[in-house]
Amino acid sequence: MSTYGHADTGTRHPLVAFAARWLLTTNHKEIGTLYLWLSFTLFFIAGALAMGIRAELFQPGIQLIEPEFYNQLVTMHGLIMVFGAVMPAFVGLANWMIPLMIGAPDMALPRLNNFSFWILPFAFTLLLSSFFMEGGAPNYGWTFYAPLSTTYGPPSTDFFIFSIHLMGISSILGAINIIVTILNLRAPGMTLMKMPLFVWTWLITAFLLIMVMPVLAGAVTMMLTDRHFGTSFFDASGGGDPVLFQHIFWFFGHPEVYIMILPGFGIASQIIPTFARKPLFGYTSMVWAVGSIAFLSFIVWGHHMFTTGMPVFGELFFMYATMLIAVPTGVKVFNWVTTMWRGSLTFETPMLFAIGFVILFTIGGFSGLMLAIVPADFQYHDTMFVVAHFHYVLYPGAIFGTMAAVYYWLPKWTGHMYDERLGKIHFWLAAIAVNMTFFPMHFTGLAGMPRRVVDYSLQFADFNVVSTIGAGLLGLSQVLFLYIVVKTIRGGPKATAQVWEGAEGLEWTVPSPAPHHTFETPPVLEDSSGDAHG
Amino acid sequence: MNSTSRSKLNHTSLLALLAVGMFGFAFALVPLYEVFCELTGINGRTSGQAETASPAVKDSKRVFTIQFLARTGKGLAWEFRPTVQEMQVKPGEIHTTWFYVRNRANKAVTAQAVPSISPGLAALHLKKIECFCFNQQQLAANGEMEMPLQFYIDAELPEEISTLSLSYTMYPVPEMKITQIETGNEVKVR
Amino acid sequence: MTSLSDRLGRGLIPAVLLLFSENSPGSAINMREGVTDMSQRIYGLHQISLWVVTIVGIVVFGAMFYSFFAHRRSRHPNPAKFHDNVKLEIAWTLVPTLILIAMAIPATTVLLDIEDNSSSDLTVLITASQWKWHYTYVEADIGFYSRLATTQEQIYNREPKEENYLLQVDNPLVLPTNKKVRFLVTSDDVIHSWWLPDFAVKQDAIPGYINEAWTRVDQPGLYRGQCTELCGMGHAFMPIVVEVRPEAEFDAWIADQRLAMALASETAVADRNKTWSMEELLPMGEEVFLEHCAACHQPDGMGQTGKYPALAGSEMTTGNIPDHLNQVMNGKADTEMQAWAPQLTDLEIAAVITYERNAWGNDTSDVVQPMTVYEAR
Repeated sequence: MSTYGHADTGTRHPLVAFAARWLLTTNHKEIGTLYLWLSFTLFFIAGALAMGIRAELFQPGIQLIEPEFYNQLVTMHGLIMVFGAVMPAFVGLANWMIPLMIGAPDMALPRLNNFSFWILPFAFTLLLSSFFMEGGAPNYGWTFYAPLSTTYGPPSTDFFIFSIHLMGISSILGAINIIVTILNLRAPGMTLMKMPLFVWTWLITAFLLIMVMPVLAGAVTMMLTDRHFGTSFFDASGGGDPVLFQHIFWFFGHPEVYIMILPGFGIASQIIPTFARKPLFGYTSMVWAVGSIAFLSFIVWGHHMFTTGMPVFGELFFMYATMLIAVPTGVKVFNWVTTMWRGSLTFETPMLFAIGFVILFTIGGFSGLMLAIVPADFQYHDTMFVVAHFHYVLYPGAIFGTMAAVYYWLPKWTGHMYDERLGKIHFWLAAIAVNMTFFPMHFTGLAGMPRRVVDYSLQFADFNVVSTIGAGLLGLSQVLFLYIVVKTIRGGPKATAQVWEGAEGLEWTVPSPAPHHTFETPPVLEDSSGDAHG
Repeated sequence: MNSTSRSKLNHTSLLALLAVGMFGFAFALVPLYEVFCELTGINGRTSGQAETASPAVKDSKRVFTIQFLARTGKGLAWEFRPTVQEMQVKPGEIHTTWFYVRNRANKAVTAQAVPSISPGLAALHLKKIECFCFNQQQLAANGEMEMPLQFYIDAELPEEISTLSLSYTMYPVPEMKITQIETGNEVKVR
Repeated sequence: MTSLSDRLGRGLIPAVLLLFSENSPGSAINMREGVTDMSQRIYGLHQISLWVVTIVGIVVFGAMFYSFFAHRRSRHPNPAKFHDNVKLEIAWTLVPTLILIAMAIPATTVLLDIEDNSSSDLTVLITASQWKWHYTYVEADIGFYSRLATTQEQIYNREPKEENYLLQVDNPLVLPTNKKVRFLVTSDDVIHSWWLPDFAVKQDAIPGYINEAWTRVDQPGLYRGQCTELCGMGHAFMPIVVEVRPEAEFDAWIADQRLAMALASETAVADRNKTWSMEELLPMGEEVFLEHCAACHQPDGMGQTGKYPALAGSEMTTGNIPDHLNQVMNGKADTEMQAWAPQLTDLEIAAVITYERNAWGNDTSDVVQPMTVYEAR
């Protein structure tokens, strides 16, 4: 959070100057900061919605929230977490770190960068305003299956469609910018296979974004014309097929899942070597694994649809393809473990979060493998088991990944060390609470509790109590995180340029805090032995 | 323009093109899905095309049961039912059956039948020579009629399928989509 | 209902302890084995994959935790330098692949058997709508609706919750033992999903399309399940109850149903040959309205702005009767308004329409007779 203003402040009122600086900035660090704060804000909003959900599920019966509003909470929690909290957080990290890691002075397309950020506040204001509209907010789940979202959707659905379009444009422009930056602005000598893994994962993520966000845009456009212009893409009565919606949605949706996890892989691959004081094991196989996961993500979408009446050859194809993803994912986990093996480990907060990421994400991967088995999926599908699965993948994957990254790079951004003691408390609170919240959902799901229900039968009561208490704790732990971040911005022990004793890579060669402009002349890469991989 | 900025421009335009292409691809998925379904029958929608070829009977020992189901969509004041609930059918035999409809409303109403067959894979092998589902159907106020379905099942129907259920759901056609009103019942669509 | 502190106490017992008390009603933790051959084979697959991931987890996390302990800086100050090992990498690509193949083979076998729908003895058409199920015995030509039987009082915590809270229906689906029952599943409005865990049958109900599944149950009994696809505000409130009876009892039940249908049509004839007064119809109509209509249109007839139209003072309920009748009997396309003709008797429809036309200040003084409804059928 650099304090270097570059806009001409002149004689303007300080507020005008402040607004002009942030509205018009084209600096990758400032835009990165904006993305991160937006993400943080939306993370708390979506988290508050989740608190509503968990509060209602504390006990059987309807206590606080009517079924109709409950469905709105479920939908908006999912949409805002996916599009508002996770994706902007990763884009923010990319903005801050990619130029620093590849030795570039800025992003390749700085004005576009400003534009892609400033679309987002409008998109989310639009989406959130639907809570106050007649008929309420979208209420059909973040997957918005037709015809519940088309023929039966509330009027706010049109606002939802428009805001998805805006988010899509923002993501696509952001992704184009990232790819162009990585392909063109690397410092001399930084070949592709010398790039830090965070940059690699983002390069592949950006390609996924460009390939699937337009498909999502297409899907919502078809919804719009179905709703208002007499087409029937998804309406059986006009010759359409509701299942077609699911095919198109999951063609977007499955790569989207990897969009929310690949940068997390990259972050873990930066942090673990630093605190193991040992180079990353299997750099090349890591790159290949990310590439294969991204490729496979395009041919497994059908595993979300095993109960839609898919013929057996389709079920078998999607089952085998899905199981195959376990192989590259396994390679990554084994590589991380082997990186730690015979290292010299210390457990500062970023490392704790990275380890939490590896362990809990792996548990999510395990349940993912179980879900791939089609006959068993008939029992798991659309139960709380699935909710447990994807929260295990996303909370430790995307959220813990981002938190690890924030602790890791916060000293570089602010020039101050965070409070290590508080950081550790934050980690342990969050790690315990995540498991308390989501582990019992495996049990309730297996025992037969459907997902997205406002009320449940008595046999599921006990574990729902545990989940709700865990969720409350989890919410509190993130308030502590906010406090730690603010405290670090405002002061704290001065950070050195390298910050972490074991850290390697270009971002650690610039002073802390990173000055407003860095690498205006490209850095010279040191001896290019393979050990330089961070 | 130096080489970096030219290369930036090239990359940017290629990627933008990719994004636009993928937006188009989403729409291309609609006909692709339809073709795929028609080739494989995966969604159980029977063909909207009339078959003409008379098939050769290959395997006269096989007998299938075909069940007929008729349902009406919301907002359609029609009674709609098969006159025969099920039939025993040999491969290649041409059969005709009739569906009864009656309009309970006091005004003329147009409706379209949407077919679905289970198991879905049978969609490929149920050949319709004539079907009321090919066209929109109009009934005068309180009118009634019997509508024909002429079909055969080809011998390539997978071995494991012995019972087929053919369902028609009759949906009201909104006024703007009524394609053509002729005297009588036959209205052309699709 | 148990007290909160009681539940807290039970709920916070560590999961390890719960492993030993699997039958405690509040804390089921594993997949149900179910009562069909298929559900038990699926349970077997589940157990296999659970054990595979548990063992892999123990090995991987074991190595990791050993490393945390043995390779922490205070014990292992000088890190090794290796960062590649081709043999190792090939091994941990190949071994998981082999494990996956070993898991895929039994899964494929079970799946092929599940998808074998041939030679069934009985077909049941399951039609979902917001928020109830309708079952038709295709061969016997008998059909009925199956709705949640749990009361609003229990849901809103005004009465103690019964044992099968949210898992009770008015009319369960009755099936015979030892018969291969074929389910055809479809929907009248949005996508629903029919799930019965004890049979391991889960099939989406898709409007306009029919899907297929089957089961064969040997043990008579009551089995319970729920809708598993988000289908609107009543998603949590459309349970499934299947009662499996020995074959002879099932046949007797079918005969009973036929008799009941005949009796009902006799009653219907008597009802429509009588002329009903406003005083007779209004209380009946109010009851029908509160049970079937009030969830959307609200007990005060004011509807919900932007979603469900008000009936108080509306054009529909104060305009001409045939239009009103048509809307109630046949529903409205592309809205949540259902067709009630198949769900209610002539008398019930006559009563509810009379009620709607005279309640909440709709003082039309119209009285609709069952005969009028009958003639509109």
